[in-house]
Amino acid sequence: MTATPLTGRARPDRSPHSFAEWQRLGGYDALRRALKELSPDDLVSLVEASGLRGRGGAGFLTGTKWKLMRKAAAAAGEGPRYLCVNGDEMEPGSFKDRLLLEALPHQLIEGAMLAAYAIGATEVILLVRDAYRAGAAALNRAIVEIESAGLLGSNILGSGFSLTMRVHGSAGRYIVGEETALISAIEGDRPVPRARPPYPAQSGLWGRPTIVNNVETLSCVPLIVQHGADWFRGLSRTEEGGTKLYGVSGRVNRPMLIEAPMGTTARELIERCGGIRDGRRLRAFQPGGGATAFLEQAELDVPMDFGHLKKAGSALGTGALIVLDETSCPVASIARHARFYARESCGLCTPCRDGLPWVSKLLDQLEAGQGTAATLELLQMHVDLASPSGRSFCDLMTGAMTPVRSGLERFADVFAAHLAGRCPVGRA
Amino acid sequence: MTLKAETIQAIRTAAHHHGGAKAAMLEALKLVQAAEGWVSDAHLAEAAATLGVTTAELDSLATFYSHIFRSPVGEMVILLCDGLSCYLNGADDVRDAVQQKLGIRFGETTPDGKFTLLNVCCIGGCDRAPAALLGPDRKLVGPLSADQLDQLIEDAR
Ligand SMILES: Cc1cc2nc3c(=O)[nH]c(=O)nc-3n(C[C@H](O)[C@H](O)[C@H](O)COP(=O)(O)O)c2cc1C
Ligand code: SF4
Ligand code: FES
Repeated sequence: MTATPLTGRARPDRSPHSFAEWQRLGGYDALRRALKELSPDDLVSLVEASGLRGRGGAGFLTGTKWKLMRKAAAAAGEGPRYLCVNGDEMEPGSFKDRLLLEALPHQLIEGAMLAAYAIGATEVILLVRDAYRAGAAALNRAIVEIESAGLLGSNILGSGFSLTMRVHGSAGRYIVGEETALISAIEGDRPVPRARPPYPAQSGLWGRPTIVNNVETLSCVPLIVQHGADWFRGLSRTEEGGTKLYGVSGRVNRPMLIEAPMGTTARELIERCGGIRDGRRLRAFQPGGGATAFLEQAELDVPMDFGHLKKAGSALGTGALIVLDETSCPVASIARHARFYARESCGLCTPCRDGLPWVSKLLDQLEAGQGTAATLELLQMHVDLASPSGRSFCDLMTGAMTPVRSGLERFADVFAAHLAGRCPVGRA
Repeated sequence: MTLKAETIQAIRTAAHHHGGAKAAMLEALKLVQAAEGWVSDAHLAEAAATLGVTTAELDSLATFYSHIFRSPVGEMVILLCDGLSCYLNGADDVRDAVQQKLGIRFGETTPDGKFTLLNVCCIGGCDRAPAALLGPDRKLVGPLSADQLDQLIEDAR
């Protein structure tokens, strides 16, 4: 078995396999086995035992999430249940799901089918961001193929399990990736988040029990069914099962996607990318995308999993490692993120809708050396408004303020220099 | 100008595929845009009538999603990423060069109607930063230098 079971079968040019080609590589073996040998409860237990955690950002145990949904669904009574596949991937720095969608559509589809079987869903909707047209096309082709092979529809392989599947293309809004907004998007509403409770597991798509899972999460499931929970746990260096797709970008020599054991360190990942650009020194890194706190040199050897990074004061998020070197200005970098989050606020909550553009403007002024005595205080005020998380309808606001908070803490000297009208770093 | 018969038919098919008119609203807008380049008031009204939803409902989606264009755009839309990883790899230089070359800024279209330039958030091409999406198929290009984008524009002309 290769060290890269999740992505090892992808072709270098990312062209997807046909159904026949994929079957020759062992595709849909896990589904055939599960439908014959495993009950939905067995499958839930297997995934729980594997230690698979959600790769969409929050890191919740996937098997446990499914189990809770099955309980909630039993209480919700007869009627359809849904699985939504989250292929929105718009967190800054993230490009992992793109590969899984474009090059390995059948792996994702098999994972989604297994998940649907486990939770008793009758329909799978795959939501894909607009920038990933190639991924959406690959999925659409793959769905047609397995429909004609009899793997979708009613009474699949004589198992009594019936399922339909379709793609919902998005059109360029980050908030669609938030799970309740995603549900609204599929229903055709303006995609703004909904208040919880009720949770999607109780009342999601069209008021019915719903699970939203990330593309990478589901792509792991066929491997777990095929090789077992212990094998999956053994892939990891830590308590959290599996390999992880780390996307390394920013100031490294060769930015790239790396599948590595869960718990690989930033130091190793950066080395695999040929080190820091032009042999320069590291200034800081965000381990999990735009909404995660900065770490520095001293944290290069922290195992990159959900638990260890949380303990280190940051988060694994989407596993998107963004590297800043000594020529990268933290104030300018945080200002870029702030513009993004301000633009993408859905507008429902006042501190997010009105606060984030204000924060963005303050940071732009600071970047240009035009801060005032009140600038840092105002930034801190917004940081305080955004925490603890849970004060707004969704976590966009808290996530947006995370790099600002950690920037103010870690780079006080750079902020102070900007306040005095001077960037101590120079342009990246 | 009314919508093409194929577009109307495709909208009807989409409503079936998405399990209802409302759920198919965004797809309908994308179909209109694919056929017409952008979504005019008249076409929006026609698409709404085809689906049996109100124009206000449909417009509430059209105005929310950044990739639905409610004003005319050029033949080729260039979506240039302004995310952090691209910035760290020189996206500002590429932006300056392309703005100079086309003589337009973000949000504008060249007078000959050929190009529209827009800034977008991270497009999932950070391993190819600085990156952009080109044309109706949102083709990912990168890593871009000012010269390369220059060439791509020449090729498109
Ligand atoms: C603003 C915002 C954007 C999000 N975007 C995504 C996304 O693009 N893809 C994703 O899988 N999860 C995203 N999430 C997390 C989802 O809400 C949800 O937790 C996730 O899809 C669950 O899947 P998992 O359990 O497999 O991780 C986002 C959350 C927030 C608050
Ligand atoms: S926090 Fe921001 S993005 Fe999230 S619901 Fe509130 S306004 Fe919308
Ligand atoms: S930051 Fe430009 S593609 Fe990700």
